[in-house]
Amino acid sequence: MVDILGFINRLFNGWFRQKKHIKMGLYGPPNGGKTTLANRICLDWLGEELGKASHIPHETREIQIKEQISIKNKGKELTFNLVDTPGIATRIDFEDFMKFGMKEKEAKERAKEATRGVIDSIKWLDDMDVVIIVLDSIKDPYTQVNITIIGNLEARKIPVLIVANKIDLKKANMKKIEDAFPQYHIVGISAKYGTNIDGFYEALFKIANKKR
Amino acid sequence: MITLEFIPYSEIENLTSNKRINKLLKLVKDEKIVLMEGRLKKEEETDLIKRTMEEINSKFKGIELAVIYPEDIEEANFIKKLKKIFYNLVLGERRGFTVIGPATIVKEVKKDPNKIQLLTQESKKKRK
Repeated sequence: MVDILGFINRLFNGWFRQKKHIKMGLYGPPNGGKTTLANRICLDWLGEELGKASHIPHETREIQIKEQISIKNKGKELTFNLVDTPGIATRIDFEDFMKFGMKEKEAKERAKEATRGVIDSIKWLDDMDVVIIVLDSIKDPYTQVNITIIGNLEARKIPVLIVANKIDLKKANMKKIEDAFPQYHIVGISAKYGTNIDGFYEALFKIANKKR
Repeated sequence: MITLEFIPYSEIENLTSNKRINKLLKLVKDEKIVLMEGRLKKEEETDLIKRTMEEINSKFKGIELAVIYPEDIEEANFIKKLKKIFYNLVLGERRGFTVIGPATIVKEVKKDPNKIQLLTQESKKKRK
């Protein structure tokens, strides 16, 4: 009797697990363009933005979720919940925010919220089915934060797609990102201007098929 | 003056993850640059970042971290790849080096990937 109940339980659990939408997380260091990419995806497929993007680091300090985004490519459809996460950093200095004209009190509050954001991003890692790492093409990709995030995803067997963002900029160096992470598929885009966004969606379909 | 503290792997080998992180963070918060033999486990690295964030205040601004690990260097040769797998099985996390410094002293760590450069804060800023 117990075995029959267990079987029914497993059957239902399995069915519901298959039915749930993929949780797709946008991860990376601050200012890589995660929210700009999230906004691009949401604008393209829902007609509305997800959050505010800014040139000041740690603009996203809370997890933001947009549910049930359906994208279409070559007759196929992919539905997922998009999770935009605060940028992961190992240092946060309120004085850095003051360089952008913020008052001390505001800068300290932003720093406090940013530290909580980093903790939340790390906590959410294990909930993701697929992760898109958004890197700034003009910055050095070989940082320990990038290596740690990717290493953790690898250990958790979560499929990873690396996006080399801001390829519209003159100093963009996608080759450097490819050299740093040779075992991953890298898609170069400009989330701001929509450059190669179709290539990105195509890669998204491929990576979503590899989910746990 | 910058203090560099060396931690041999034997000193952290039998510690729990929590104690390892506590030990490293305590040294870094004492404004020491830690050079540790070996590396932390992947989940310990994220825990170290999490714990660092919890400790940040107006004096402690965080850490700079870099790990040099032979696995980072891609091997094309099959025999060398096998050797690497064997060493990893035998030595585990003992291989490589980890450098952790306080953000107030270490401005940036550049990895090349088999070379680490520590860029320290300008002395003028440190005096502030």
